[in-house]
Amino acid sequence: MINVTNLHKSFGDVQVLKGISTSFEQGKTNLIIGQSGSGKTVFLKCLLGLFNYTKGSIIYDDQTFTDLSEDEKRNLRSKIGMVFQGSALFDSMTIEENVMFPLRMFTNQSVSEMQDRANFVLKRVNLENAQQKMPSEASGGMQKRVAIARAIVNNPKYLFCDEPNSGLDPKTAIVIDNLIQEITKEYNIVTVINSHDMNSVMEIGEKIVFLKDGEKAWEGTKDTIFRTDNEAVSSFVYSSNLFKKVREMYLRS
Amino acid sequence: MNYLHNIGSYFLMIVEMFRKPTKQSVMKNLILKEVEDLVIGSLGIVAFISFFVGGVITIQTALNITSPLIPKYLVGFATRQSVILEFAPTFISVIMAGKVGSFITSSIGTMRVTEQIDALEVMGVNSINYLVFPKMIAMLLYPFVISIAMFLGIIGGMAACVYGGFSTLEDYITGIQLDFIPFHMAYAFIKTLVFAFILATIPSFHGYYMKGGALEVGKASTVAFVWTSVVIILLNYILTQMLLS
Repeated sequence: MINVTNLHKSFGDVQVLKGISTSFEQGKTNLIIGQSGSGKTVFLKCLLGLFNYTKGSIIYDDQTFTDLSEDEKRNLRSKIGMVFQGSALFDSMTIEENVMFPLRMFTNQSVSEMQDRANFVLKRVNLENAQQKMPSEASGGMQKRVAIARAIVNNPKYLFCDEPNSGLDPKTAIVIDNLIQEITKEYNIVTVINSHDMNSVMEIGEKIVFLKDGEKAWEGTKDTIFRTDNEAVSSFVYSSNLFKKVREMYLRS
Repeated sequence: MNYLHNIGSYFLMIVEMFRKPTKQSVMKNLILKEVEDLVIGSLGIVAFISFFVGGVITIQTALNITSPLIPKYLVGFATRQSVILEFAPTFISVIMAGKVGSFITSSIGTMRVTEQIDALEVMGVNSINYLVFPKMIAMLLYPFVISIAMFLGIIGGMAACVYGGFSTLEDYITGIQLDFIPFHMAYAFIKTLVFAFILATIPSFHGYYMKGGALEVGKASTVAFVWTSVVIILLNYILTQMLLS
């Protein structure tokens, strides 16, 4: 479980996060949603320790992030899987080597064991025939799937995804959503997803945190989001006609 | 203030480079790859420049010795001294600041821009150790490159001297053996090792701590080249003062 209390983050005089408090439970897919510039990515990077926050606390199970030494932070991070918005694959490695990288760094498995595991997760993201390609030879969607495979290959305790569906076709996006949810349940991990994709919100949003101007404006689930009378959430989630109609149908039924 | 901040950050990076080392089996491969990129990949240009600059030093020296009282073998002596003491260790290092330095800055800078360094950090990898340490170890072979530069500089001088008709082969060989002081080789290699450390770390610093996008990667490469060259020239002065005077 990750507990966030009164989290503040400023860049110079600009206050980006203004006292966010929430928690992310194990075995649930937690989504952070909000408009561009609402502070989602900064919030995620604070959770990951890539940004030092100004005030507040982040507690990973029983470990307060700021109390940890650099080495303890690194040990904690080895239990984290992260899917970056731009995939962040290592250019000099093949797709298979990218996926094997966390195993190579943190396990003592033999090369064949690492290859078996890498091929298994690549198969789960429908990339079983792309092992020897370089990232530059893969499409944006393929790169995103490789990044997901790399994030889950070492059975992480915490999984963070920054826009995992951006650049993917709707069918693959659903596969990825379902895959993330399956992994979350299977390994009982804490999954935090930064998303703009309303399909994901409706599909896997077991907990949804809505950020507006650096503050938590709303918190709920994919079911309660239909019934919310919070104007900020409604205008964001139901900005498209399709979702407006879906909501009307849901409320009528 | 900004300079002081950068100098402080540079030394903190050096300390961080030795903390939480990457697994030995992974590091071995990284070092071999860096040896190929930084050392073996530079041999061609170093050999080419050394041979021809050695030739030019010889021609310039020969043309400036106009007095019939000065023996011809001094051409070989002057070439040897110039190549061993300054040209090979110092000026090849400045050239390498452009070749190797910009490669290091742009490759690490691109990793920063594309969040690959963030990915390493999130995984719990000490990214400075992973990226900079193998470069520093690979550059321990840099004296080997400079040895080749010394050898080819003297050979280039010999070719220019003999085929240009400035003196005989025997005179040139007499000159390069004249009053040889072995400590001059030690001095050259001490400088080379210091420059190797600078060549590996200053461009890495500029790549690692860069901010921005693709345009800033180019700017960081240029800044890294300038600062690496400045530090090499300054340290060259200090080391020469300390070791030879």
